[in-house]
Amino acid sequence: MDKQFIETDDAVIRFSGDSGDGMQLTGTLFADTAAFLGNGVSTFPDFPAEIRAPQGSLAGVSGFQVHVGSGEVRTPGDYCDILIAMNPAALKANAQWAKPASTIIVDSDLFTEKNIEKAGIKGANIFEELKLNDRNILYAPITTLTKECLADSTLDNKAKSRSKNMFALGICFYLFNQPLTYAEKYFENKFRKKPQFIEPNKLVLRGGYNYAANIQAIPNTYKIKTSNPEKGVYRNIHGNQATAWGLIAASEKSGLPLFCGSYPITPATGILEELAIRKDLGVKTLQVEDEIAGICTAIGAAFAGNLAVTTTSGPGLSLKSEALGLAVMVELPVVIVDVQRGGPSTGLPTKTEQSDLSQALWGRNGECPLIVMSAQSPADCFEKAFRAAKLAVEHMTPVILLSDGFIANGSEPWLIPSVAGFPDIKAPIVPEGTTGYMPYARDEERLARFWAIPGTPGLEHRIGGLEKDFLKGSPSIDPQNHQLMVDMRAAKVAKVADFIPEQEIIGNTEGDLLAVGWGGTFGHLYTAVTQLQKKGKDISLAHFNHINPLPKNTREIFEKFKQIIVCELNSGQFANYLRMKYPHIIFEQYNKVQGLPFTVIELTNKFNTLITK
Amino acid sequence: MTTKYASQDFKSDQEVKWCPGCGDYAILAAVQKALPEVAEILEYKKERFTFISGIGCSSRFPYYVNTYGFHGIHGRAAAIATGIKVANPALSVWQITGDGDALAIGGNHFIHAVRRNIDLNIILFDNQIYGLTKGQYSPTSRLGTVTKTSPFGTVEHPFVPGEIVLGARGTFFARTLDIDIKLTAECLVASAKHDGTSVTTVLQNCVIFNDGTHKEYADKDIREERTIVLRHGEPMIYGKNRDKGLMIDYENLRLKSVKIGENGITEKDILVHNMENPNPGIHMMLVNMKFPDFPVALGVIRAVKDSTYDDNVREQIERSRQHPVCSNVDELLRSGSTWTID
Ligand SMILES: Cc1ncc(C[n+]2csc(CCOP(=O)(O)OP(=O)(O)O)c2C)c(N)n1
Ligand code: SF4
Ligand SMILES: [Mg+2]
Repeated sequence: MDKQFIETDDAVIRFSGDSGDGMQLTGTLFADTAAFLGNGVSTFPDFPAEIRAPQGSLAGVSGFQVHVGSGEVRTPGDYCDILIAMNPAALKANAQWAKPASTIIVDSDLFTEKNIEKAGIKGANIFEELKLNDRNILYAPITTLTKECLADSTLDNKAKSRSKNMFALGICFYLFNQPLTYAEKYFENKFRKKPQFIEPNKLVLRGGYNYAANIQAIPNTYKIKTSNPEKGVYRNIHGNQATAWGLIAASEKSGLPLFCGSYPITPATGILEELAIRKDLGVKTLQVEDEIAGICTAIGAAFAGNLAVTTTSGPGLSLKSEALGLAVMVELPVVIVDVQRGGPSTGLPTKTEQSDLSQALWGRNGECPLIVMSAQSPADCFEKAFRAAKLAVEHMTPVILLSDGFIANGSEPWLIPSVAGFPDIKAPIVPEGTTGYMPYARDEERLARFWAIPGTPGLEHRIGGLEKDFLKGSPSIDPQNHQLMVDMRAAKVAKVADFIPEQEIIGNTEGDLLAVGWGGTFGHLYTAVTQLQKKGKDISLAHFNHINPLPKNTREIFEKFKQIIVCELNSGQFANYLRMKYPHIIFEQYNKVQGLPFTVIELTNKFNTLITK
Repeated sequence: MTTKYASQDFKSDQEVKWCPGCGDYAILAAVQKALPEVAEILEYKKERFTFISGIGCSSRFPYYVNTYGFHGIHGRAAAIATGIKVANPALSVWQITGDGDALAIGGNHFIHAVRRNIDLNIILFDNQIYGLTKGQYSPTSRLGTVTKTSPFGTVEHPFVPGEIVLGARGTFFARTLDIDIKLTAECLVASAKHDGTSVTTVLQNCVIFNDGTHKEYADKDIREERTIVLRHGEPMIYGKNRDKGLMIDYENLRLKSVKIGENGITEKDILVHNMENPNPGIHMMLVNMKFPDFPVALGVIRAVKDSTYDDNVREQIERSRQHPVCSNVDELLRSGSTWTID
């Protein structure tokens, strides 16, 4: 019998299970297959805070959400159409994310009384308890069936039951009419050195697919319409990986060796890990004793002529404050990547937030301006990391690049650019043979000083954290000189506005309501605003990634809208910054500080209350 | 071809601003004496020398040496110097630090630099006081030291810098006196020749806030009696008449100071200094010798060979570059699974 399927524009699938159940891999394979078929994809992992919480406990639930669509997919989706819950704890932890008309697939073998109790649910019917009765529930004995698929296999029992996630994946592939070939190829590559695992995984995957095809419990299957994405070579990319690669690209373009000094911290560690494996490209990484050493080794490396980077999250940025001031004072290029997480203090290490903005702008002693910018999506981290490095080097200043846990761990397909298409990076290095070098003489266009690299004959000089003479760079306590240097450092950073793109607007350049955001909330804001625009609503979006300095046309944009609402995952840090800059403009706020991204639905609801036409 | 340098070549145009009589002047003279020698022995050009410091009176040092210099922030000199050395291993990197800078606020960076055995030459100016902030006690101040922040005397035990260096698996440790310019220069040349982190502690006098702290063994007339200058391969003999020496007291497993000629002890019974002994046992006993029970040990106490951090980094990179997974960024971006839409 031919399969009946419903064509749909998009669907959200949430895989959840115990942290040992391999849900991240399962979700990734589903996402990659969809991307491979030409669908738009966005993913987001939801890791448990504990690495190995007790099996079956709520604390140990690990999730992975995939949003698949025919065209642009900018967010991993608010609520899911399909929820896979490998045990009762996973069901309980994720019930709130299942849409009213969703399908829920559970491993019935694990829905024992004992496991249900472990999830903290009392009463006979877990679905009733969780108010999920009206969902379409597929009660599949996944563990038993997986073992049956592998009845003839020589794998031990533990290994057999570990592949049950592939059974669940097989069911999902059937549900969405997707081929198994991509996942099968993945097994072949992944287990090249342990070939005994290839066939069993394939068998279980196909077992899940066939099981779904044969039972009567699945009324409909779906097919996501494919669109015509731009031609070219694509890959999936995570934010942290993209950040690391953007920095490596900047190193190649500038001809400066890349140096990264960092201390591990969630959710930034991935960048250090990604850089550490790139010794083949000459990348030097130091895992140092603390975040202070991270930035100080980077400052040292910058003094010695490298493209210097340090990566961290909010608590680490706090530790770097004093040294950031040093970098401002010695006017050396350093890129500081802050992958923000929930704060203050240790806060919510695995959750996302945008609450380090004020710290990035102001968190130092003295008048201490530097460039602050952000990245807006996983793939965008590549371009923004590249740009941060370019600005740091060409303007001889530290740059803080704000990423966040959401875009750092999230992934999306990326049309791979060619490095030749990226702009050149010209480091203002003083050539050998120059006479009369003045460490604090500046170029007129950028007000950047020139970089004399130790080891170059004739350019010996001394710099440091004491206020310096405006030309010679030697210590100076002259009052007028200090005023001049304070003004100069501010003017230098302000001048960067001449070298960054103007702020873009999505939608009309004037009108009723302007939504304003920055950084990692782009996907949700974009989706919410364009949804409303399609319904004919008068709303536009200005999503900022240059925060200090702001793009030159910022004021002009704001003055053309009747209402402006600044949306951010903090209590209003960007809104307050804008109020300080443009006191004549009224900024409404929409804020959320729950460690979670916005949902599109809450944004559209909010905007609808403001839109007058 | 080696360029011949004179001390003068390493003097900068900056006015030296330490207090008159400060021990730092002598250390500056010793460095300016050692550098031409280092340049000659190691065939270094002047531009390879880079001086990095933290904050303190001592840390103003880089301004006075006509080389590349970086005056950092309090306690962080070791980290800044580490970044410089890894970024450019060809540089000869010298770190100037005080007892507060290295052992209080910068203690963490200090022990980790030593543990990594990165090729830095650290000169620790130990005046047992915070000079720049006007005389508060430091981690090396003797128990009971009276300062403005310890008006009734300190109640905490001091660090022995050498003990920390050995505890952190240091490969080079030397100790010298500010006023003994010749010995300081000798230690610094040895430090430059050593591959790996070398720490040279200079017992320095702060005339203003801690005058005479090293006096009881550093004063010229009693110095030979109360200190011992150790030299590799030579017996550990000291004293004006070179009639005293060090032996191991096997019963108590510690060092003992003995008189040659008494109780049948001859020169042959005296311990011979082996700075290259990988086992730090005797070195530890030497750094811990305190007046009046023992002479204070000076000279190069430990200098053992081990692989250095900067060399290991360089080797890993060279190895990876011989068998690269990716040889440029375009290849990197296309590595792993990709798909084509056409
Ligand atoms: C972050 C920070 N904390 C405190 C100080 C104040 N401070 C400057 S130097 C110093 C102590 C210096 O003592 P030491 O390192 O022994 O150097 P000395 O002046 O004795 O040579 C202190 C506490 C500072 N500059 N920075
Ligand atoms: S205060 Fe002490 S250490 Fe500082 S310069 Fe004066 S004498 Fe030297
Ligand atoms: Mg001191």
